[in-house]
Amino acid sequence: MKALHQLKKALSGSWKFLRRDKKALVGSIILFVLLLITAFPTWFTPDDPAAEIYTPGAGLSWSHILGTTSFGQDVFSQVMAGTRQSVMIALVVGFFCTLLSVAVGVTAAYKGGIIDDVLSLLTDVILVIPTFPLIIVLAAYAKSAGFWLMVFVLVATGWSYGARQLRVQALSLRNRDYLLAAKARGESSWYVIVVELLPPMTSLIVANFLGAALYAVLAESALQFVGLGNINTESWGTMLYWAQNNEALATGLPLWALAPGVAIAVLGSALALLNYAFDEIANPALRPVSGRKARKVRS
Amino acid sequence: MKFLIRRLGFLLVALWAALTINFFIPRLMPGNPAEAMMAKFHGHVNPSAIKALEVAFGVNTHASLLSEYFSYLNNTVHLNFGVSVSYFPLPVTSVISKALPWSLGLVGLTTILGFILGTGIGALAAWRRGGVLDSVLPPTFIVVSAFPYFWVGLLSIWLFSLTLNWFPLLGAYNETSTPAWNWPFIADVLWHAVLPASTILITSIGGWILTMRNNMITVVAEDYVKMARAKGLSPKRILWQYAGRNALLPNLTGFAMSLGFVISGAILVEYVYNYPGVGFMLLQAVENEDYPLMQALFLLITVAVLVAIFISDIATATLDPRTRSR
Repeated sequence: MKALHQLKKALSGSWKFLRRDKKALVGSIILFVLLLITAFPTWFTPDDPAAEIYTPGAGLSWSHILGTTSFGQDVFSQVMAGTRQSVMIALVVGFFCTLLSVAVGVTAAYKGGIIDDVLSLLTDVILVIPTFPLIIVLAAYAKSAGFWLMVFVLVATGWSYGARQLRVQALSLRNRDYLLAAKARGESSWYVIVVELLPPMTSLIVANFLGAALYAVLAESALQFVGLGNINTESWGTMLYWAQNNEALATGLPLWALAPGVAIAVLGSALALLNYAFDEIANPALRPVSGRKARKVRS
Repeated sequence: MKFLIRRLGFLLVALWAALTINFFIPRLMPGNPAEAMMAKFHGHVNPSAIKALEVAFGVNTHASLLSEYFSYLNNTVHLNFGVSVSYFPLPVTSVISKALPWSLGLVGLTTILGFILGTGIGALAAWRRGGVLDSVLPPTFIVVSAFPYFWVGLLSIWLFSLTLNWFPLLGAYNETSTPAWNWPFIADVLWHAVLPASTILITSIGGWILTMRNNMITVVAEDYVKMARAKGLSPKRILWQYAGRNALLPNLTGFAMSLGFVISGAILVEYVYNYPGVGFMLLQAVENEDYPLMQALFLLITVAVLVAIFISDIATATLDPRTRSR
């Protein structure tokens, strides 16, 4: 009964948050629709995305609302079918990056001393080594990067930014009275970290998850676009690869190349908008000011 | 001084880490593809170049890992990266030296320009809190920052080159003209650079604007800004000399951290526009299985980013006395 009540409270709390924050509302709606497409792709794909059976290079029409590719595939169905891979990579990479960021950042801040020095140095080194060239080199040796190799590479290069941010916030919380009180009660480190230290950091952790997910979507599609992913999968990056290799732009089929890009941009924007909304929770000074307040601040 | 020495130490550690990663990747990847490449080389290249390649990729060497590692470090310090496969028989260094100026010109200049413009706009947006800039720019650039760089490139090629015919399609200059230091050629190069440069600018400037705006909002609430207002200083002076200077500091650190992202995007922009720079060359090296060139380019880009970060550290130390006294 108590759990139910808490769930209700959490739901009404997030509903209030969404109603107040337009950025978060738009981001959530887009993300919800994309999750729906990910879960039930067949509901949204009118034609078999792989079938090369239609008139090649057809323009817009009622039967192919985004036209067809020069192989005779339906562009709209390909975009819909490609949703799943980008959403999955965003969620999985976002999850593991966040896990690693929290583990490294919070451990460094909580333990301090030499552990902090070593972990911070590691974080900073990974942070400054340009990730994309590194990913390219890794993918080049692996020949073509499948889903899990892609996840591994993106997590290995993507966790450091979050770890640095979380370490700073954990440092600022470390010597608060309620933490010291928990320690004085003789609670274990695990208890202090999980029950006392992490909850106030929730919004920053969520913002980091969204940031890592955005990074994963962009990096994955870029790798696939240059032909370093598995070119036989159904995904937005792969669509762009085939469109580019068949000179879709120059041969009068711009939608083939532009539609998957719009799809990436839509998913990316949703993640970025939510990310920004959570940043505003973590730092109230950033919240938009209403017209009357704004004038008062300026005068 | 202590600050700079510490940052110099960090630069060296990061360089060493990049070199070590570069050394171990080919050795740890299953089915070392460099072996097939090496087979093609035997009998065509002089033995010392072969030796350098063998050490770099861990092929056919009977030496211990440790001695391989040190001869690899030695080769790298002496810029001995072996011979390029796709530009055979040119050494890797001379192949790269052809691409480097193009990237420095395009990516280097646009990155600096983007940083200066973005920082300025961000400061103005925060200064007029709730004004037009402040309410329009953040949401716009949050969305734009989520666009894939290469796709913005594709879109502008389609719109401005193919549909409207305003700008040339690909490359860094007209293939019929000969490179020379005269005005027609320079104009041609600039003309070809407009679209790639705008693509990098549009996609990277949002980050600078947003971080500068956010720093500035925190700084404007500080007491010394109120004090400056109370003294009746001109708003312009408070904006740039008091608030702007202090808000810039975290942005400089941000510049260092985001540089990797910008360079990554620039690689793709070069690729989309067939711009003959380092990034385009890197992807071509991957396509041609030119591992020596690829490894050297990875190192070059990493070193460039690390050096740029060190320069921004020096700038931080110059602008912020607090870092110097520590």
